Amino acid sequence: MKKSVFLGTVAATTLVAGVAAAATLDDVKARDQLICGVNVGLTGFGAPDASGNYQGFDVAICKAVAAAVLGDPAKVKYVPTTGETRFTALASGEVDLLVRNSTWTYSRDTDLKFDFVGVNYYDGQGFMVKKALGVSSAKELEGATICIQTGTTTELNLADFFKANNMSYTPVTIQDDAEGQRQYIAGACDAYTTDASGLAAVRATLPDAAEHVILPEIISKEPLGPVVRHGDNNWGDIVRWTFYALVAAEEYGITSANVNDIGATTQNPEVKRLLGAEGEYGAMMGLDQEWAKRAIAASGNYGEIFAANIGESTPIALARGLNALWTQGGLMYAPPFR
Amino acid sequence: MANQAMPNPSFVRQEMLPPLDPPSSQTGAVKWLRENLFSTWVNAGLTVLALAAIYVVLSHFVPWVLHGVWDASSLGECREKVAASFGPDAVGACFAAIKDRWHQWVFGFYPPELYWRPTLALALVLAALAPVLFTSVPRQMLWLTFVTPFLSVWLLWGGSIWGPVFTMVAFGILGAFVMMFSDRLGGITTSIVAILLVLALFLNPVGIVISIGNAVLSLFGLIPWTPLGFLEPLGNAAGWIFPLVKNMAALFHKIAPIGIQEVASDRFGGFLLSITIGMTAIACSLPMGILLALGRRSDMFLVKTLSVGFIEFVRGVPLITMLFTATLLLQYFLPPGTNFDVILRVIIMVTVFSAAYIAEVIRGGLAALPRGQYEAADALGLNYWQAQRHIIMPQALKISIPGIVSSFIGLFKDTTLVALVGLLDPLQGITKIVRADITWKGLYWEPYLFVGFIFFIFCFGMSRYSMYLERKLKREHR
Amino acid sequence: MTMATSVPKESFRLSMLLYDTRFRSYTIQIVVLILFLAALGWLVNNTVQNLAAKDRTFDFGFLFNRAGYDINPHLINYTNDDTHGRALLVGLLNTLSVAIFGCIFATILGVAAGVLRLSSNWIVARLMTVYVEITRNVPVLLWIIVTYVALAETTSPPSAFKITPDMVKEGIAPEASMHLWSSVAITNREISIPAPLVRHSLGSIDFGLFSLSLDFLAFVALLVASIAVSRWLGRRATRIQEETGRRPLTWPLRAAVLILPVVALLTAQGFHLERPSMWKTDTNGDYILVDGTGQELVDANGLALPDAEGQRITSGFNFRGGIPLTHAFTALLVGLVFYTGAYIAEIVRAGILAVSRGQSEAAYALGLAPQRTMNLVVLPQALRVIVPPLISQYLNLTKNTSLAAAVSFMDLKGTLGGITMNQTGKELECMLLMMGIYLVLSLIISAVMNVYNKAVMLKER
Repeated sequence: MKKSVFLGTVAATTLVAGVAAAATLDDVKARDQLICGVNVGLTGFGAPDASGNYQGFDVAICKAVAAAVLGDPAKVKYVPTTGETRFTALASGEVDLLVRNSTWTYSRDTDLKFDFVGVNYYDGQGFMVKKALGVSSAKELEGATICIQTGTTTELNLADFFKANNMSYTPVTIQDDAEGQRQYIAGACDAYTTDASGLAAVRATLPDAAEHVILPEIISKEPLGPVVRHGDNNWGDIVRWTFYALVAAEEYGITSANVNDIGATTQNPEVKRLLGAEGEYGAMMGLDQEWAKRAIAASGNYGEIFAANIGESTPIALARGLNALWTQGGLMYAPPFR
Repeated sequence: MANQAMPNPSFVRQEMLPPLDPPSSQTGAVKWLRENLFSTWVNAGLTVLALAAIYVVLSHFVPWVLHGVWDASSLGECREKVAASFGPDAVGACFAAIKDRWHQWVFGFYPPELYWRPTLALALVLAALAPVLFTSVPRQMLWLTFVTPFLSVWLLWGGSIWGPVFTMVAFGILGAFVMMFSDRLGGITTSIVAILLVLALFLNPVGIVISIGNAVLSLFGLIPWTPLGFLEPLGNAAGWIFPLVKNMAALFHKIAPIGIQEVASDRFGGFLLSITIGMTAIACSLPMGILLALGRRSDMFLVKTLSVGFIEFVRGVPLITMLFTATLLLQYFLPPGTNFDVILRVIIMVTVFSAAYIAEVIRGGLAALPRGQYEAADALGLNYWQAQRHIIMPQALKISIPGIVSSFIGLFKDTTLVALVGLLDPLQGITKIVRADITWKGLYWEPYLFVGFIFFIFCFGMSRYSMYLERKLKREHR
Repeated sequence: MTMATSVPKESFRLSMLLYDTRFRSYTIQIVVLILFLAALGWLVNNTVQNLAAKDRTFDFGFLFNRAGYDINPHLINYTNDDTHGRALLVGLLNTLSVAIFGCIFATILGVAAGVLRLSSNWIVARLMTVYVEITRNVPVLLWIIVTYVALAETTSPPSAFKITPDMVKEGIAPEASMHLWSSVAITNREISIPAPLVRHSLGSIDFGLFSLSLDFLAFVALLVASIAVSRWLGRRATRIQEETGRRPLTWPLRAAVLILPVVALLTAQGFHLERPSMWKTDTNGDYILVDGTGQELVDANGLALPDAEGQRITSGFNFRGGIPLTHAFTALLVGLVFYTGAYIAEIVRAGILAVSRGQSEAAYALGLAPQRTMNLVVLPQALRVIVPPLISQYLNLTKNTSLAAAVSFMDLKGTLGGITMNQTGKELECMLLMMGIYLVLSLIISAVMNVYNKAVMLKER
């Protein structure tokens, strides 16, 4: 931030700019910075570390897009958003891109005027309870007090689930994951409900993980993905194909370590097109030839990002499951680069 | 019986006996206790109740603080140390967390190697405040007061030095113009020229005329038509010259790129954020509040109506709805593509909010002045602004000091609300981040105690200063 | 025949718009109006353009759509099938309940603290000073959060109140027990207090938006009538006193008029307090008992045996019955009361100090008794100083209820400005509506304040 802006030249030049809505890509390039709405308190998906640098599975998408568009994964400004503020921030233009465990739903896509450009994590809503409660199924939660995060699909799913099973419950609304954990651990709610990945992450960080169980019911489909505003198709394409480039890279064995070598040596025409060794594919989106190469180099392919942030070697220890490549029985499937 | 000796009557005491000590119930501690604590049954009951309350609070608080651990690397270690030293059931604070992360509560995520910059800025601000707050400080230091705002902003955010330099020059030109020519040209001409100067220095007058013209001609957006759209190239061309300050700064930066490392607003947090917002808003809300109060007492119907409307609106809605609008919805009200700093937006909102309250306080002060003061000013032939400056305001402000300072204290405390829109204030924002760390998970009271204590020092200091000022002004009045 | 005009008729010159004080104010006002309209137009214009560019509409139709989320607590009937509009109403009522109770309790606390601060009792006066200084110089958000955490961290979960058959068998008592003769349960979620209920209800009138209980209405009507009769008795006594110089003894009659009808009504209706409990019951509502071996004494249909002897056991996750006050509500209320109370204490203290001692001395000199001195001389003067800032504190407290967000209490900000806004994506509409509602609340309070100010203002020149 320049202090000249601070001291009164606010909105000065832009007053002239008139009303023509500039494309997001042009804005990002002009600003030389990608503004990315992220989570601040979900370990593994998005949270600042002790020195304030954002890390996580979702954050890696922001870095990849910044690398593809601006050539530098560090040129991202992370805007902390809560479940309640995230869509407002995106809709009003405060952020260019929202990667914050957001579920792709019909009304969000149509009525709220957003575009979900892909699914970077297939999830479902579950419940976690303390073992001492003696509950083995979500259907035994009649009359229970349940912690839910506001502003998410989970509160709607929860209402639907209890309605469908003709049960009652007391909702305790909470602002973020950290608060939810505190309330749950303190016993202020009997069950904590959120995406199953989030529950696993919470359970993994508890000192007495064995004392907590995740109930077998998964009560919803939660396809989580990056979101952009509706109407700017080129920008949506860039985010979508940056994400698919990461997925495709895993499929073709391109990693952050070997991306430069493979780019030079590969004979696979699809990989050549992906890495910009053939054709003019970058220009079709208004980017240069090497966009995908940089995106992959930023924090690795999809598999690497998964393994580094939430995979089985991390404290969160999530299995790939549905999020494995289609070749390995999962749902991750990148359309062809052609 | 007859030989019984009579007492010797010849003895007459020559000296006064030393007075006896008063009864023990009428002296020393006992008397004090009786008079101050147990004068009536009601009082005795209250005393017992108060002592019980004090005991309950202290019996929990004192051992907790005394058992506090200052050296540990995690909350678990703290608990172990307390248990090892004072027994398994003992409670003890874990001040080690504060010791470990104090820098984040103070500076947020500001780069550690640059901590000297905000520290220096605060020192400068305090030094600059000295001549304003205490009359005994040499008047020459007022120069520092003029320079400090620009210097502090530069120190905090870094970047090229030319921005602050030219902004300062611009303010200097404006101030000098108003001071030197206001008497010669008269209020109206001065204001017109000053407004033109502001437009040219800080904004793009051509662009503003075009975009406002567009808005008015298209009936405020009711018809999708930009009648002056053909003039936009002109506006863009003017953008090469205007705003003068910004373009001059950019030009000089190209010629002589002098600057320090930039620090983005999202690195700000903790008390650095609170003090930045608080100080700036305090400095800006007073003049704005004075203008609003004058507007509310104006004879001009329209000015009065607008001022009343503004004040009542701002006082009527909660600050967090305004903060929410400023941080998340602003993009709807500005031309597409406009973006400006989130801290600046918060400062503007806090300033506006506080100004409305200060306006009401000052209005009270103005109302308390006898009409004779206004009439005397008129009789002396002073114009409106001269009368305000030399006669009305000095008295009205003096009456309003307690109210103004208490508004300032309120403003400073309200800076904690920025946490609700996602900024890292010390109370919730930073505390949440520290608690999210697995080593300090489960920490509750220590951060609140620490943050509350620092807020108390600032606010208590401000309220004591206001009392000092009241006493001083009262003395001068005699 | 020439007429000498004393003053030549002044012709209007354009410069007079600037330099003639008669016209200048018009010039300024017109310029201000133009600037104001231009700025307003600019904002509206931008908003319209931005909404169009984002392919969004501006309408309040979403208020009639299904909300789909649950709210706890809700003072009027509400399920997730109700509309966003009703959710708004639920939130507004929650806001109002905190505001109203907050104002009442803060006034009580503030008056007590303010008076005690002037007390001759050294320790009490010091203690109150400490309370006022510490509270006023620390952000209110801190008080709310600290109360919230304290309530949640120092109380037991409902499971600690449980008695299972196994515990009966082994003779273990539950870790936690209820307070005040088993009528109040404090868990780490909520404070459950007994609910006043009647057995023979008169029903309720449904107004569409909300329904009004006839029992409550009857109670209030009877109370008002009793008070009116009682006051009439008092006035009659005064009249008799003025005529005859002897005041008839009225207080037993007045007390009877006040108390008896209400008691009669409540008895007739079968008034009782429903205590919160966790006891396990069968489908008829009878307690299920267990014997010493932990065996439930039930018949084949799962109904409790009518004349069995044993111990009650608990079931479920939470206390049922009674009125549950969630900790979010309590914390918000306590935090705001504590904080605002300190300000009110200062206002009360200043008000009392503002009445000069000479006033009460003069009253004594006139032979007024201390009680009448207070009522007729000191209080009217002190109130004139106290009430305007007091009402402004009420205004602040009402606005500060929006800090509910910090403890996730579902007030107006939590429903309309939180979940509804997020689920419908109507940020502008929700925020404008919310600001409008708060503004109306504040203006009502301000209007009351102005009416009062006018009434008590010193009549001067």
